[in-house]
Amino acid sequence: MDDLRILERDVTTQSNKITARGVDVFYGEAHAIKSVDVDILDKTVTAFIGPSGCGKSTFLRCLNRMNDTIDICRVTGDIKLDGENIYDPKVDSVQLRAKVGMVFQKPNPFPKSIYDNVAYGPKIHGLTRNKAELDEVVETSLRKAAIWNEVKDRLNAPGTGLSGGQQQRLCIARAIATSPEVLLMDEPCSALDPIATAQVEELIDELRSQFSVVIVTHSMQQAARVSQRTAFFHLGSLVEYGETGQIFTAPKDPRTESYITGRIG
Amino acid sequence: MTDATAAAAASTAPAPRKGSLLVQDARTRKRNAAESRFKAYGLAAIAVGVIALVILVTSILGNGTSAFRQSYIALNVELPEAKLDKSGTRDLEVMKKVTTLTYGPLLAKGLQDAVDSLGIEIEGLTKKDVSGLISQEAAAQLRDRVLADPALVGQTVQITVLASGRIDGYYKGRTTLASAELDSNVSPAQLKLADALKQKGLLTTRFNAAFLTAPDASDQRPEAAGLGVAILGSAYMMIVVLVLALPIGVAASIYLEEFAPKNRWTDLIEVNISNLAAVPSIVFGILGLAIFINFAGLRASAPIVGGLVLTLMTLPTIIISTRAALKSVPPSIRDAALGVGASKMQAVFHHVLPLAAPGILTGTIIGLAQALGETAPLLLIGMVAFVREYPAAYSATDGLFGEPSTALPVQVYNWTQRADPAFFERASGAIIVLLVFLLIMNAVAIILRRRFERRW
Repeated sequence: MDDLRILERDVTTQSNKITARGVDVFYGEAHAIKSVDVDILDKTVTAFIGPSGCGKSTFLRCLNRMNDTIDICRVTGDIKLDGENIYDPKVDSVQLRAKVGMVFQKPNPFPKSIYDNVAYGPKIHGLTRNKAELDEVVETSLRKAAIWNEVKDRLNAPGTGLSGGQQQRLCIARAIATSPEVLLMDEPCSALDPIATAQVEELIDELRSQFSVVIVTHSMQQAARVSQRTAFFHLGSLVEYGETGQIFTAPKDPRTESYITGRIG
Repeated sequence: MTDATAAAAASTAPAPRKGSLLVQDARTRKRNAAESRFKAYGLAAIAVGVIALVILVTSILGNGTSAFRQSYIALNVELPEAKLDKSGTRDLEVMKKVTTLTYGPLLAKGLQDAVDSLGIEIEGLTKKDVSGLISQEAAAQLRDRVLADPALVGQTVQITVLASGRIDGYYKGRTTLASAELDSNVSPAQLKLADALKQKGLLTTRFNAAFLTAPDASDQRPEAAGLGVAILGSAYMMIVVLVLALPIGVAASIYLEEFAPKNRWTDLIEVNISNLAAVPSIVFGILGLAIFINFAGLRASAPIVGGLVLTLMTLPTIIISTRAALKSVPPSIRDAALGVGASKMQAVFHHVLPLAAPGILTGTIIGLAQALGETAPLLLIGMVAFVREYPAAYSATDGLFGEPSTALPVQVYNWTQRADPAFFERASGAIIVLLVFLLIMNAVAIILRRRFERRW
C-alpha cells in the first residue's frame, strides 16, 4: 500500500499534501490564528513569513498537533493530511507526529549519544528489526542531514557536545530518521551563524526531493532562497500565499509589500 | 519618528553629566557603603551559624564519645555443680530454673578471691563493696554463657564482665572521690579498689561494641544499655518508608506535573500537598494512632506502624522535590521527544525522568533523613516503650516488621529522661550514631547525584 502511494506521488508531484481550511486557534481568550486556508504542496518547500507574534509558529505547530501539549490552546477548523483530518478524534497524535516530523527553533538534542539521538525515533516506532538495520538508518539519516562526515568517528559522544550548527543538523537527522512525509521547521537557523545557516539551507533544498518541507523563518532572504511557495502571515491572518517569486517581486496585497520592503514588522 | 517629537525628547533629557571618574560622587559612595554593609551582615550571619554548629558538635562529641568506651573486669569464676546443676544431668530445662540470683554471688566470690590473692588491702572495704564493683548485668552475662555451654559447670572459667556504672564513670570523670563520699551507690573505698585492680591489669577500659549491638537496659544498669534494638527498628522503618514513599511520591508527582489537567481540582491538591509538608509531625502521629492502630488494628510500637506514619510525613517532601526536579527539565526535551513521535509517557520515562533523577534522589534521601530523625509521631504510636527483645523482620503472629521495637531518636529521648547521669552520656552517644547515619545518607545523596549528573 505504501508502495502504491509512492508511485502515485511520483506521477503527481505538486499534489496537495496538507490542506487547511478555516483554521482558528485560541489561546484561552486570545484569538491567535484567524480563519487560515492553506494548501501545502508535496515535495515543495513552503515558507511562512511574517512579523513576530503573527502566528506563523502557532500555525506550524497545528500541523503536527504539537499545540495539544498546551492546555489552554484550542484549534478549530479542518487540517487534512492526504485527505485525512488530523484533528479527527480517532487520530492518535503520536502516529501523526511520526508522519509529520519537526525541527525546533533551538537545537534540542537529547542528552544522549549522537547515535541514540538518531536511533530513538526508529526504535520507538519499531522501524527496524535488528541492530544492523538500525545502524543503516542512523547512517543514512546522518548522511542526509550532511553531518555524517563530522560525527562518524564519534557516534558515542554526547549529542549536546556538538556545536550549535551541528546540533541543529543532528536534530534534522533525528527528525528524518523516522521517514516522515512532512518536515516542519520552526526557525531552524535563528540560533546559527551564517556558515551553519548556509549548510542547513542547502540541506533543506536537498530534502525537498523526498519530503514536503514547511519552514517558518524571520529572514525574508532565507525564504526567498530556500522556498518555492511563501505564505505571509500578519496579526493571525494569512495575508497572501503564492509562488515565492511572485510574493517577493509582485505582491498583490499592500501589507505584504510593506513587510517585504521593511516598512512593517 | 518625526522631527518635532525628536526635539521634544531632547529638551526633556537631562544634561550630560560632568566630573572626573577618579572622584566618587556622593551617590556612588552611598551605594558602595550599602553593598559593603550587606556583605558584612551576610558574613555575620554565616559566622553565627558556624559558631553554633561548632558548639553543638563539640558538646555532643565531648559528652558522647565516652559512650563508646566501657570499663570491664576480668575474673576467674568457679562454677560449682552443686549450685548450678543439682541434678548433674546438664539438662538445660533444669538449669534454666537457676536464676541470676545464684550466679551473682559466684562472681562476687571470684572478685573477692582475686582481691585476696593479689593482697590488696584498702581501709573500710567491705565484702559488699567488692561485689558492688561488678555490674548487675554481669550475672545474666555469666548465666547466658553457662546455658550456652553446660559443659562449663564444675570448672573455673575466665570471664570479662562489665564494671558498674559508677566505677565506669570514675574513669570518664563523672564520679570522683569527693562525689563518692555523698553517693549511696558508691564508696571511696570502691574507687580505690578499682584503681588497684586497674594497676594489676584486671580492670580495663576499652572500645564498647555492645553500645551498638546490645538492647536497652533498665535504670539500674546504664553500663549495659545499647542501641541494637533502636538501630534495627530505625532500619526497618526506613525500609518501609523507602519502599512506600518513593514509588508513591514519584508516581504522584509525575502524574501531577506531566499528565494532570491544570484545573481547580489539581490546584486544590497542590495547595494541600504544600500544606501537608508544613503540618507538625506530631499530628501525623495522632493520625497513625487513630488509623493504623485503633482502626486497622496493627500492633503498637511496631516498625510497620512507625514506617507508615513516617511515609505519610515524608510523602509531601518527596512530591515537592520531585515536582521541582521535573519542572527544571527544559521543555525543549519534551518537545524533541514528542516531535519524533514519542508518546507522552515515553517522553517522560525515556527523557524527562532520567534528567530529573538526581533531584528526585536528593529529595528522597533528604526526606528519609528527616524521617530518621523524627521523634514526636513515634511517641504517640508507642515506640517509646522499653524493648529488650530484638524485633524480627517477619514473624508469624505479627507479620512483616510487626514486632515491638524502638527507634534511634526515641531512644535518645528515652535515655535523657532517666535519672542516672550515665544515661546522659549514652544519649549523647546515641546522637552521635544518629548523626553518623544522617551524614552517611547525605553522602550517598551527593554521590548518587554526581553519578547521574555525569551522564550529561
